[in-house]
Amino acid sequence: MSALDEKLAPPLINPQISMGDVTADISRPTERKPSKLWLAMLAFSGGALLLGVYVVYNLLRTGLGIAGWNHPVMWGVFITNFVFWIGIGHAGTLISAILFLLRQRWRTSINRSAEAMTIFAVICAGLFPVLHVGRAWLAYWLIPYPNQRLLWVNFRSPLVWDVFAVSTYFTISLLFWFQGLIPDFATLRDQAKTKLRKKIYGILSLGWTGSVRDWNHYEKTYLLFAGLATPLVLSVHSIVSFDFAVSLLPGWHSTIFPPYFVAGAIFSGFAMVVTLTIPLRKFFKLEEYITVNHLELMNKIILVTSMMVGYAYLVEFFIAWYSENPFERFTYWNRATGPYAPLFWMMFLCNVVIPHLFWFKKFRRNIPVMFLVAILVNLGMWLERFVIIVTSLHRDFLPSAWAQYTPTKFDYGITLGSFGLFFTLFLLFARFFPTISLAEVKSVLVNPSGKKKGGA
Amino acid sequence: MAKFTPPLWVGFFEDPQSLLESARQARDKGFAGLDAFTPYPVHGLEKALGLKHSWVPYSTLIFGLGGASLGYLFMYWVSVVDWPLNVGGKPFNSWPAFVPIIFECGVLLGGLATFVSLLVATNLPRWKPFVIDPQLTNNRFALVIPEKQETVREDIERFLRGAGAIEVKKIVA
Repeated sequence: MSALDEKLAPPLINPQISMGDVTADISRPTERKPSKLWLAMLAFSGGALLLGVYVVYNLLRTGLGIAGWNHPVMWGVFITNFVFWIGIGHAGTLISAILFLLRQRWRTSINRSAEAMTIFAVICAGLFPVLHVGRAWLAYWLIPYPNQRLLWVNFRSPLVWDVFAVSTYFTISLLFWFQGLIPDFATLRDQAKTKLRKKIYGILSLGWTGSVRDWNHYEKTYLLFAGLATPLVLSVHSIVSFDFAVSLLPGWHSTIFPPYFVAGAIFSGFAMVVTLTIPLRKFFKLEEYITVNHLELMNKIILVTSMMVGYAYLVEFFIAWYSENPFERFTYWNRATGPYAPLFWMMFLCNVVIPHLFWFKKFRRNIPVMFLVAILVNLGMWLERFVIIVTSLHRDFLPSAWAQYTPTKFDYGITLGSFGLFFTLFLLFARFFPTISLAEVKSVLVNPSGKKKGGA
Repeated sequence: MAKFTPPLWVGFFEDPQSLLESARQARDKGFAGLDAFTPYPVHGLEKALGLKHSWVPYSTLIFGLGGASLGYLFMYWVSVVDWPLNVGGKPFNSWPAFVPIIFECGVLLGGLATFVSLLVATNLPRWKPFVIDPQLTNNRFALVIPEKQETVREDIERFLRGAGAIEVKKIVA
């Protein structure tokens, strides 16, 4: 590598690192006994998960009345959580598929954990509509199959589109993720020191050996999955936004919703990736692989998508004014000054104002700052969905029907529970799976054999 | 993975460039049935060994289009033939409202077919894989040359050593 090359494309990973180091460093967390810190975190998130299980038990026994819904606000925290978690998942697919198609090789260090995040987030998301239908044990009625009721689902409804979009998204993300894991499981199998590990990782690796004849098909398949997942991820959040945009409610009925939701999804998802990778790289000593450069690149994406989201907020207000529609105008005026105004301004602060810190290189590369910003963005994006849903509903067309919506302890409990589920799954993943793609990181090393250059 | 019939000669390399170079030379020399093992995909190696393009994309295309068509046909049958229902005054065959599900069906079937095609093309899963060396998924590369009757054994060994292999091994069974 000449000096000019190095200046134009600096190595992504420390040139001292060899392939053997990659295998050793990344598989180490899966080989040793779990640390006390990991166990403590697992206990904590497992506790939150148990709380969620308790809420679900109550919800199924007693009914939806224990949550805060009441006329006219019949969508509340559950749908907020659904949209929030689906949005979180989108950054994983963006990193794994879109950055792959764009040949952004820095993705190799973060794509595995981001894809895992996608899958766990979609699991959390899927929970909420199923519970929200009321009789969760009949949720399978959403699937069109020949039945004794002789009825079909309404294919013109965005809620049915959701069923297809979310289940396809989950399936494709899972296959894509698993495909990436196959060669790495083979590495773990071949390095395994105990019989049991060899057996388990051997089964998971499907007997991969690394023959070039297999890589030939493998790489093509990977490209195809990236090509399929790219339009898929855009379609999924567009369809989620159709849940709102296709209705006739002021504040929801808007053509800007699909791009606005997709940008918001990528924004919140990247914030979640930053939130997860900072502790991951620290506790599992992966700072050489997920470097500050990687984090800085993600912060740049957060900044860009923050401006897209901010633009959408402002355009919505402009169009409400420009439309001369009194209902639209009232809805937006009420959103910014009504009873939920503090939440709206909090959201505005977190999503539109604070990310502008990332214009400064010093902040983009400062880990405590970016961790704080990422947490605030997560909070802001959760509030965004809450504000969109609740402020559009709570002022009905008929003032006598107006009401306030206050989430109950069960709403908060299940929200915490979904975070518990998410972090429990992520902690288990971080402990048992290679959290960074071994094969892909090896392909971006400057000097894979680790031997000194020069001489013969 | 090619069907191996031992005896085989395996030459180990430490970096992808020397593997690539020796794979080219081996093919020029006329050795047949070559295979190579690498811890990560090495670009150009499939060309150096003269492998054909993967057929997986054709499967994706056919099943993707098939899934989309089946999705549309099913919704048409439900909405027009089996139980025509007036929803908001829309026509029975209100195809624009079917587009999201048509798309999702195409992606779902295309993606499933892609994965199954990968398994078929690579003959996975293999419950008892033929692992030549555990370092081949870690930090070593290997070129495998089957010993055919017409080639002299010293030839292969000499070739692999000459090509810069750090270790040459013969696998008998």
